[in-house]
Parts: sequence; structure tokens; C-alpha cells
Amino acid sequence: MANDNRQTTFDNADQGSEALRNVTQNEYKYGFVSDIDSDIIPRGLNEDVIRLISSKKGEPDWLLDFRLKAFRHWQTLEMPTWAHLKIPEIDYQAISYYAAPKKKDAPKSLDEVDPKLIDTFNRLGIPLEEQKALSGMAVDAVMDSVSVKTTHREKLAELGVIFCSFSEAVKDYPDLVRRYLGKVVSYRDNFFAALNSAVFSDGSFVYIPKGVRCPMELSTYFRINASGTGQFERTLIVADDDSYVSYLEGCTAPMRDENQLHAAIVEIIVEERAEVKYSTVQNWYAGDSEGKGGVYNFVTKRGLCRGDYSKLSWTQVETGSAITWKYPGCILAGEGSVGEFYSVAVTNNYQQADTGTKMIHIGKNSRSTIVSKGISAGHSENSYRGLVSVAPGASGVRNHTQCDSLLLSSTCGAHTFPYIDVKNETAVVEHEATTSKISEDQLFYCNQRGIPTEEAVALIVNGYAKEVMNKLPMEFAVEAQKLLSITLEGSVG
Amino acid sequence: MSSLNQYIDLFEHNRRQLYDSSPEVFNRLRPAALSALERLGRFPGKRDEGYRNFSVDEVFAPDFGVNVGRVSFAVDVARTFRCDVPNLSTLLGVVVNDEFRPTATLLKNCPEGVTVMSLAEAARRYPDLVASRLGNIADNSSASAALNTLLLQDGVFVHIAPGVRLDKTIQIVNIFNASANLLSFRRVLVVVEDGASARLLMCDHTQNTDNDYLSSQVVEIFLGRGASLDYCDIEESSERTSRLSQMYVSQEADSNLSVNASSLTVGHTRNEYRVDLLDRGASAEIAGMAIAGGNQLVDSSTLIRHLAPYCHSNQLFKYLLDDNSRGAFEGLIYVAPDAVHTEAYQSDRNILASEGARMHTSPHLEIYCDDVKCSHGAATGQLDSQALFYMQTRGVPLAEARMMLMQAFMSDVIDRVRIDGLRDRLRRLVERRLNGDRTTCGDCAASCNK
Repeated sequence: MANDNRQTTFDNADQGSEALRNVTQNEYKYGFVSDIDSDIIPRGLNEDVIRLISSKKGEPDWLLDFRLKAFRHWQTLEMPTWAHLKIPEIDYQAISYYAAPKKKDAPKSLDEVDPKLIDTFNRLGIPLEEQKALSGMAVDAVMDSVSVKTTHREKLAELGVIFCSFSEAVKDYPDLVRRYLGKVVSYRDNFFAALNSAVFSDGSFVYIPKGVRCPMELSTYFRINASGTGQFERTLIVADDDSYVSYLEGCTAPMRDENQLHAAIVEIIVEERAEVKYSTVQNWYAGDSEGKGGVYNFVTKRGLCRGDYSKLSWTQVETGSAITWKYPGCILAGEGSVGEFYSVAVTNNYQQADTGTKMIHIGKNSRSTIVSKGISAGHSENSYRGLVSVAPGASGVRNHTQCDSLLLSSTCGAHTFPYIDVKNETAVVEHEATTSKISEDQLFYCNQRGIPTEEAVALIVNGYAKEVMNKLPMEFAVEAQKLLSITLEGSVG
Repeated sequence: MSSLNQYIDLFEHNRRQLYDSSPEVFNRLRPAALSALERLGRFPGKRDEGYRNFSVDEVFAPDFGVNVGRVSFAVDVARTFRCDVPNLSTLLGVVVNDEFRPTATLLKNCPEGVTVMSLAEAARRYPDLVASRLGNIADNSSASAALNTLLLQDGVFVHIAPGVRLDKTIQIVNIFNASANLLSFRRVLVVVEDGASARLLMCDHTQNTDNDYLSSQVVEIFLGRGASLDYCDIEESSERTSRLSQMYVSQEADSNLSVNASSLTVGHTRNEYRVDLLDRGASAEIAGMAIAGGNQLVDSSTLIRHLAPYCHSNQLFKYLLDDNSRGAFEGLIYVAPDAVHTEAYQSDRNILASEGARMHTSPHLEIYCDDVKCSHGAATGQLDSQALFYMQTRGVPLAEARMMLMQAFMSDVIDRVRIDGLRDRLRRLVERRLNGDRTTCGDCAASCNK
């Protein structure tokens, strides 16, 4: 698609670095704007806007109160500056805080959905119908914040699984939402969490009842579409005792020059012996090769392993966004609870990423594993920032952290900022990190065996990320590998 | 209100006396330090990145006396103190609080090309040399370093002339002894010129342990081309002695620095290391160990800046934390965009030996260059229960087995000490420290261990 624009201005580069440059230069394939009528409220943020959002969505008073409390708190906060990121000043009054595709009536079948929307998904290579049929996934397609189509609802309903948009959940299951909303990520948590709590537009709600093993992978595709709008998703997942769910979230966004702000919240509550697997592939528009445009992705994701022997696993493949600020974390409160974090973060051109995880060990014998693989190319900056904390009463805690960085150009940066706080003497906490480039020896060896340099680089990068890719569900792994190819391997893949 | 203000007031009140009693070289640095402090307005506290576990503000908060009037405390060095290391004959100098006192052996035996003297005296005798280095790398961006410059009165000056290879170890014994709670500003300036080499052993002791002491120490080290310095630092003061030590190092091409720091007995201590590898082939090795008990706090902070190609750095820190002690390590390796062929390693290993012990680690990497080999590792845990069990099955009592493992744990750091006689000495000190035996060492009359 947009590949024709690939720059090839490196005349006297040697073959090896030529190949490296080729594979690190490939423009965003998913750049287009689909022209769907949007219902947008004027730019700016004040209490009236929040009341308007709330009333447009027909929300109960307690939710409006929650939003207003968050907004009032947000006004007292300043944007955090501690991350290793250069964030241009954001004018929060110049953003429109609500954009919903215009509703005629709630669509009952695909025929009623705007054909252009269907077309958009088709161009993304994720046709809803096909996915529904072929992969057996339930797809809750979210476009500009409002859920427009939900599939497989009935099948899930038989098992008592609730999978719906957040606003539907507020209408249909107000007690559940009220019980869990803001329990893991309080509106006081941080600047972006407060902002999201005040203006969140929509998102997904998942409830897995006791003892239910969700038979299919739940999936949502987020897109930011309307020009100049922020997107403030809110996802809430509750896994009751002895349940299991695998949740996938994938993102692609249209190409655009203006920076877009995205401040989402994901809250996950895992009860006794339950397990949640949360996988993300994030490929929002990262700006062009000059660093112009791109999405700002400031996300607060956190899970609470409240029950004993509960397990939460985060897997993320981050290839997009101009700026990423994201630290999916686990509060391991239950005895023997397990937290996992597997991440591949790729930055290219002028992308900046400051991402990592927090493992808060409170429960006895809780365990956590962190595997983070950073790949930086072009002029990008890629940072791992993580916290492993062991509370005084948490005996028998075990943590292992491995974070590796791979540098593909001499102008990029790879940084590691781990924090390890141990307050219990029985804990065993380990951290390992290495930083390196693809060695000439490795490339030479591959060349020797008849593998061209380009393929060799692809091979090595793939092998490097494999440990994390293997943790993705099958359907997603394919897409993720494709993304990695698009971001890094262009001419190779 | 920040505790910094009382020191600025102190300076204003005693400005005349300070200026009169100090050499011109010192006085010239004070205005810049003062304006930097007024701009900073406060010491860093726990809410500041890099000081999460050691609040400089709190450490400086108590009402310490500062010896502005240069009252000389009587310490008969030759009689009361012989901190000798067996098989090690040294060029010994003593610093009482912040006042340098040479010993007879130092004055007699100092070879040609080697200068070890009071910093104030050096500033009077060689004003140009001292002025060109002092305050050069210890800049005023750190409030505590700026304060050190503002209230600077004396310290140690070590200069090794080009090409001089000094065999004997220079030993500087820092003794705290005062009749009231005391804060001293110590300054150490070490210049090892091109092709020269030296070994420097610093140890901290407290004689009158009934008072609270705080030492603010700024060490500036300049290593010329091909110069080499082994720097050994032993803290054996008292639990009521706190220390904030800031070491700034600037290294030219092919120079070599080895720092070995041991914190055995001290109250709250923070050791900062800022090493700039300025030119090709410079290498730095920093090793630190701490055995902490009671309510001790040991904090180490390193920043190694690789600014040129082919430089090498290695850091190893090991803490053994008992009782309610707290340990912190914050390390940063910075690799500049053009510093190709950098090798930089960092390792932090800790043992928590009791329920109340706490450890905070943040080993950081900031890398802007692709042709590097960098790694860091951090681990916090306890003694290997299987090893303990194995030894018990072989008839080694538990207490002894624990002792052996702890000594083995520390030996990594001790083995890196490049001063021969000192390694055995340190092993014995560690063994005694682990036994909780705080009697005096050898025939020394100083009660530094009580």
C-alpha cells in the first residue's frame, strides 16, 4: 500500500546496514480514514462536557458523580514528567472528548452496519464475518469509543458469560459495574487515569461467572477514527472463582497528521483460582518517518489477583504509537497468586516508548515472571521501566525478570529502569538485563549458510522475540508476527 | 522549611571568619556555590528521583555544630592511633574531623613527585594547580556538593607527578572526635598525572561515640592519560555517625580506576559515584560491600558515563542486611551516542538476613549507541538453604555454616581489593563484624569499634 514511499537514500551504505535500514523502514500500512458520520461534541473539557457525555449515554447518577469526582481531582494534577519521553505540550482544551458513530438504530445484523465500517475492517484484514466463522472468536468491535457490533453474544450468554460494551453493562448490570469500577485503578491513581475516569466514552465489560471456562477467546478491536478526537476506553474484566478467560485486544488506527491522545484504563479482577490471560497487539499510527503525527498512548492497565492461587498474564506486542506510556501491572494479593508479563516493544523512526510492568507482591508465596524484549531502530527511544515490590508480610515470594534490548541503528536509544523493593527476607528476586546489537558474527554465520542478510536479520529478530510471541494465542500470533514484519522487516517478510 | 536554610544562615553569619581563615582559592568558589544553593532552595528528599531511600534533607536537619572557628580537637595521633595493616607500610595522614594532620612518617618518607598534604595548605602553596581542579567536576548542581564548597575549609590534597609510580600506599585516616554533635565538610582532591599511579586507602573512624556526627565528603579525582588509581574506602565509624560521600572522577585515555568500598559500621551512609570516562580506553571498576545491622542505612548511587569509544566499566555491589537495616542501590550506566565498543557491566547482589531488613535496587541503563556490550543484574534473596543443609549433614554447625556462606558471599568484593595486605585485613574485619564482635583491632587504642 504505502510501501512505495519507502526511502532509499543510502547510497554508499554497506550491504549489512543497507539491509538493516530496509527492514526498519516501512511505512504504516493501515493509514486511511473511513468517512463515517460521527457525532462529535465541541472541543474542550469542563463539568458541563462531562454532564453532556453522561447524559448522552443515559448514565445513572452514581456514574456521573464518579466522573465529576475524577474530573475535580484531575484538575489538581499535573502531567507526569518522570518518564523517559519527550512529550509535546498537550492542550487538553483543544480535544473533543466524545465521538460516536451516528446511531440510526442499534444494528441487529451485519446488513444494518454502515458498509463503510465493514469495509474498514476488511481493509485491515480482519473481516468480522470471517473471523466469526473461522476462528470462533467473539468480536466486540469498538470504533471511536462506542461499541457498534457484538457477536457471539448468545453463545456466551448460555454460560452466563457477560461480554458487552461498557455502556450496555452500565444499563444491564449496574450492580456488577458499580461493585468493581475503579477498584483496581482508582480515579486518583494518576493524571491519565483521572482524565479517563472523568471522560471515558465506552469500552468493554467482561464477567466470567464462577467455575466457567470461557470457551472462546474474547476479542475487541479498538480504532481511533474521527479526526481530532481523543479516545478514552475503559475495560473491566472480572473473573470469578475458578473461571478462565483469554482476552485479546488489537489496535490499528488510520493515518493522520494531527497527534491523537489515547488514555485508556484496563481493570482486571481475578478471584480465587481464576485465570485471566490478556493479550494486546498495539499498532496505532506511529507518525511518519520524520516523526510527524502519531498517536499518544497513555494507558493505565492493572489487574488485581485478589483470590488465592489466581493468575493474571499480560502479553503485549507494541509496535505502534508515537509515544507509549504504559505499565500493565499485577497486584498479587492472593496467596500463591501468579503474575506474568511478556512484552515485545518495537520502536522505529522517531517513536518513543516507556513501557514495562509493576508486580506488587502482597500475598504469601506469590510468584511473578517478567520477560521484556525491546527492539529499537531509527531515531527511536525505547525504555523498560518496571517495579517489583515485595511487601513485609509476603513470605516465599519469587520473581524473575529478564529484559533485553536490541539496537538496530546507531542513532536510537535503549534504556532500562528497573526498581526492586524487597521488604521480606524470604523473597528471591532476580533481575537480568542485556543490551546488544545483532552481532556481525551472527550475520556472517547466516550469510555463510546462504541466508541473505535481510533474511538473517529477520530471522534473528524473530528468534529474539519468539519467547514472547509464543505466549500469544494462536490467532493473534499470526497477526503479531505480521505486524513485526511490517514494522521491521518490510522487504524481508 | 528546608534544612538547607540553616546552613545558608550559618554561612552568612560567619562569612567574615570563613573568608579570613581560608585561602583565596576556596573563597573564589563560594559565591557560585551560594547562588546555586539559593536557586536550588532545598536538599533532595525522598520524593526526589535518585533519593527515594536516603533523604539528604533529613540527614542535614539536626542542629549540628560546624567548626567554623577552627577549634583544634586534641588527638595525639601517634599515641592513640595506629590503624596499621599488617605487612603494609603506608604513608599515613590523619584527618581529624576535617582538619588534615600529617604524621612524621609521611613528612619524612614522601618520595619525590608525591604530594600529600592539607588541601588548605596546598591551595596556598600551589594556588594555580588547586584552582584549576577544585570544584571542576564536583559542580553545584548537587545541593550537598555545593554546600560542601560553600563551607569548605580544609581537606586532603594528593598529587602524583607525571610518570611517578608510587609503591607505598597512601593511607588517610578520618577520625571524628568532638565534644558536641558535629558536622564536618571534608574535601579530597586527588590528581594523578599522566602515566602515574597510586594507591589510596581511606578509612573512617569515630573516637568519641557519645555524639552524633555527620560528614559531608566530596572527593574529586582526576586521572591523566594512562594514570592509575586504586582507591579503598572503609567505613568503620559508629552507628551515630552518618555520611554523605560524593565522589567525582574524570578519566583521560587509558586511565584506570579501581574503587573498593566497604561499609561495616556506620549509621546512615550514602556513597555517590560519578565517573566520566572521557577518552578512549579508560576503564573503571567499582566494587562495594556493606554489612549492616541495627537501624543502619546503606545507600549507593552510581553514574558511569561512557563518553568515548573503547571504554570499560564494571560495578559490583554486595550487601548483607540484618536486623532492621535498609540497603539501597541505584546505578546508572550511560552510553553516549558515539561511544562504540563500550563494555559496561553492573551487578547487585543482596542477602536479607532478618525479617526487618529491606532492600531497594534500581540498576538502570541508558544507552544511545548500538555497538555496545552492556548488562546488569540484580538479585535479592537469602542464604542458600540447600548449601546450609549440606554443610550440616557434614557436621558443620548451622551458625558456622551461615558464617562460611556469608564470608564466601563477601569474598567476591574483597578479592577485588588490589592492596595486598589489606585483603586479609578486610577478611578479618568482615569475620569480626559478622560475629558481632566490635572490640578494637590489634594494638590500636582508638575505640572506633565501640
